[in-house]
Amino acid sequence: MKLAVCIKRTPDTETRIKIAGDGKRIDEAGVKFVLNTYDEYAVEEALQLKERAGSGEVVVVTAGTEASQETIRTALAMGADRGVLLKVDGASIDPLPVAKALADELRGGEYDVVLFGKLAIDDYSHATGPMVAELLGIPCVSAIAKLEIADGKGTAEREIEGGVEVVEFSLPAVVTADKGLNEPRYPALRGIMMAKKKPLEIKDVALADGGLEIVELALPPERQAGRIVGEGADAVPALIDALRNEAKVL
Amino acid sequence: MAGVLVVLEQRDGKIKRVGHEALAAARALADAAGGEVHGLVIGGRSVAADGLGAFGADRVTVASDDATELYQPELYSATVADAEKMGDYAAVLISATALGRDLAPRVAAKLDCPLAADVTELSYDNGIVVKRPAYSGKATYTLRVTSPLVVISVRPNAYAPLESDKAGTIGEGAVTAGREGRAVTTAIKQPERAALDVTEASIVVAGGRGLKDAEHFTLVENLADALGAAVGASRAVVDAGWRPHSEQVGQTGKTVSPGLYFALGISGAVQHLAGMRTAKVIVAINKDADAPIFKVADYGIVGDLFEIVPRLTDEIRALKEH
Repeated sequence: MKLAVCIKRTPDTETRIKIAGDGKRIDEAGVKFVLNTYDEYAVEEALQLKERAGSGEVVVVTAGTEASQETIRTALAMGADRGVLLKVDGASIDPLPVAKALADELRGGEYDVVLFGKLAIDDYSHATGPMVAELLGIPCVSAIAKLEIADGKGTAEREIEGGVEVVEFSLPAVVTADKGLNEPRYPALRGIMMAKKKPLEIKDVALADGGLEIVELALPPERQAGRIVGEGADAVPALIDALRNEAKVL
Repeated sequence: MAGVLVVLEQRDGKIKRVGHEALAAARALADAAGGEVHGLVIGGRSVAADGLGAFGADRVTVASDDATELYQPELYSATVADAEKMGDYAAVLISATALGRDLAPRVAAKLDCPLAADVTELSYDNGIVVKRPAYSGKATYTLRVTSPLVVISVRPNAYAPLESDKAGTIGEGAVTAGREGRAVTTAIKQPERAALDVTEASIVVAGGRGLKDAEHFTLVENLADALGAAVGASRAVVDAGWRPHSEQVGQTGKTVSPGLYFALGISGAVQHLAGMRTAKVIVAINKDADAPIFKVADYGIVGDLFEIVPRLTDEIRALKEH
């Protein structure tokens, strides 16, 4: 089974965001970058699919700067076989140019399943996976929490508001992983050592022009700290009074 | 400006509140720029679209078919793209729900145009300008659309539905056939206990590690029941297996913007605050007076939640009975 996983280098979830001097991006100084949280589930699922199939290849693809090599090595340390870095000059806040670059790389690769995380925790667009599926003209199920593949067909479950959708699809296909799909493995020392020797191909790619221009990236307005209405259960009437008569939300 | 096409999400034949919210967002943009708001409903035979004029639609097209009662990604995206091509539009608005987050990028790829996802504010200044949270709410982008067409997904609870006495017109459209059958939604499994979704609820009651045990979440559930609220959970308790991931609020869970948010026994880690800081009113109950949650809360009670929450639940029940 031939599998591709598209990943992204993102700031760690505990990062406190500071805005860079130009007011259009984050200040990366001191920021710890990791493999995007949801991509961990995608990598794990690909490894399990290959293990269940008994043979195959897991290829990790990313569009990013030189620094993304480190992120690819993380996925290789988990057990992926090889990596491809589409080296781009900068990022695009419009997800379509990135999806186009990834689709161009994947096209003709004869992958049975292409996996993504359901979103990148930096841009939060939930977009690249479904876009790549459209560009490749193959089916896609996004934000899946359960996946079964047998006899060239897949069944996936995805959470929707107040329920779970069951989707059947043919291969090849794109799926995007939600939390809960699996428990991602931690790279073992042996995996980390082996990852250093696995092939990592770097290709220079120019992103197409996007249709969104960043005017500003700003911190949200600070919430005014409110007030402590009291201590213990005796403060409940004061809280209810505040919610009814001050905030008028009850 | 050319018009705005709004995809109105339905479930079981009824237009969802998020659809009305998207119409309000479209109306704000169309009124600022000049242009009409057209609604598009895709659904089964029983879908009802009357009354949408009052929510801001100048015209609504209904594309109904037995095949599209449930969300079918390929049929829906083709139908939206075709509806866009048949009109003169500057923007296609879709609610940023589970459905919309799947549909919007497909439509953008089909129409070869940019996608601005999870938008909380739309305006017009010689072109469409949007605000959207990134880094899960820790920062906000202001983006200018530089192409003639854009797909925008609108975050639930960002706009309040309009109420007017306008009528609007309703027409019949068609579901775009073909290419179906490669990915087919076969069923929706309902949970045993029908639960309000944390992203759509106007009140959320969330619990954290301060509850000490999964069983104690009944305190959270009871308060939520009394308020007609959805139950939310911190990452710590989801990772501990106390609650399902569908309830998790925060950077690797859901981002919510309810009118009222209760944080019970939640200390307020950066990644949790990112998911709920846009709530209009935040109430925190925590035994630690120095917990970071009190820095964002509008109202706080310091103390033992095992005493405070039952009393709060009783008093709210009493209030509702009057």
